[in-house]
Amino acid sequence: MNDKLEVTINTEWDIITARQIVRETAKSIGFDTVDQARIVTAFSEIAKNIIMYAHVGFIKIDIIKSEVNKGISITAIDNGPGIVDIKSVLDESNPKGLGAGIPGVRRLMDTLEIESNIGKGTKVHMEKWLR
Amino acid sequence: MKQLLIDYKQILSEYITNREEQTLYNGQNYVRQLIQKNVAPEDLVNIHRKAVADIYSDLPETLSHAYDFLIEVMVQFGLKTREHQSLLIQKEELRIEMEIAARIQNILLKTAIPEFNKLDIGMISKPIRKMNGDYVQFIHHEQNYLSVAVADVVGKGVPAALCMSMLKNGLETLEYGNYDPSYILHVLNRIIEKSVDDGMFVSAFYGRYDIEKGVLTYSSAGHEPALYFSSKFGSYVDLESKGLLLGVMPEVKYPQFNIKLEENDFIMIVTDGVTEIRDCDVIEARSLLKEIAFSLRHLSAQEMCEKIYAELQRIQDYNLNDDFTIVILKK
Repeated sequence: MNDKLEVTINTEWDIITARQIVRETAKSIGFDTVDQARIVTAFSEIAKNIIMYAHVGFIKIDIIKSEVNKGISITAIDNGPGIVDIKSVLDESNPKGLGAGIPGVRRLMDTLEIESNIGKGTKVHMEKWLR
Repeated sequence: MKQLLIDYKQILSEYITNREEQTLYNGQNYVRQLIQKNVAPEDLVNIHRKAVADIYSDLPETLSHAYDFLIEVMVQFGLKTREHQSLLIQKEELRIEMEIAARIQNILLKTAIPEFNKLDIGMISKPIRKMNGDYVQFIHHEQNYLSVAVADVVGKGVPAALCMSMLKNGLETLEYGNYDPSYILHVLNRIIEKSVDDGMFVSAFYGRYDIEKGVLTYSSAGHEPALYFSSKFGSYVDLESKGLLLGVMPEVKYPQFNIKLEENDFIMIVTDGVTEIRDCDVIEARSLLKEIAFSLRHLSAQEMCEKIYAELQRIQDYNLNDDFTIVILKK
């Protein structure tokens, strides 16, 4: 399997197809069923956000390696409206707007970072490593 | 995680053999370990799956798929449950803030009802939500005069309450001069028009009562006409006064009028929450209000206010849908 994959997200069907790819990638890296489910769910939430707020975007799925470990990284990029207040999106006690699922998604993964430019788009990058 | 699995498997196999309450109880205590180690619901499903697979070596493979399915659902369920819980927490925080705000508003907008021998005053003001969009202020500035302001912000809740605080400040800056009602409304209109968001309007009735002469001078800014009851004729007069709502336009003139009160006459100033009666148009509602007040005219002004409120609540199944304020001045 390729180390890098890129899928366009435009409809719910794209999410389902992409979920399959994410799950297989996670499995090939060596994640157990529970972690596979977590990674796919996190991916799904981010992809749904793209459809809801930016309508279209693409998601890169990478296998990441350190000297001693392996993991998966998922990067979602869209040219949507952007996020005004990233802090509030990441704040667990403040679940509103685009951030509705973000704190929960972050808990499913090891890391989650957001970069956003108003009017230009948003990039969400998340990683999960084998334990 | 390994120890958790070993413990779980032991409790589970015990239960499968003995089916005793004690074992169920142990199972519940096991949850403490899960919480301590921050185990997610989907992890527990996985632990259960592994334990079952260890206990029954001949499980069909399809059952394992069923567990995969459950794990998948649990991940999403856990995610959504947490979201929902944090929404509930947020809601609770807002509720507490609102309680505090409402308490502050009550202190801020509290008005004392002055007492006179020659005038009986009654008042009731009930918000529909936590914050009141109606406001009543009595000012007894000079020995001979009592002023009464009744205002109603178009809108309810927090925005209305904030706007009201400003109106109160406006009224208080005018408190020490014995101004005409038409002048007071003119100034209030300028304040509201300048400082409040477009689309926020206030209706207000302002009256100044000469206690010795028994004459009420009044003016209105788009407010529900006050009612004057003449005891001598046993009939009502609507105190019509044409004046634009406060906050619509910068320079507005408010005409003022005089009415003389005789013994047992009363003036009833209400907000539109009183005349918005279900299944009634405004005219029907006002005549209903007149009938109720007429039947209570032997009571004190305060008792009248309270009985009218109780009666209008009863008629509408205790389901009023606007802030409700009545002021009665009775000679």
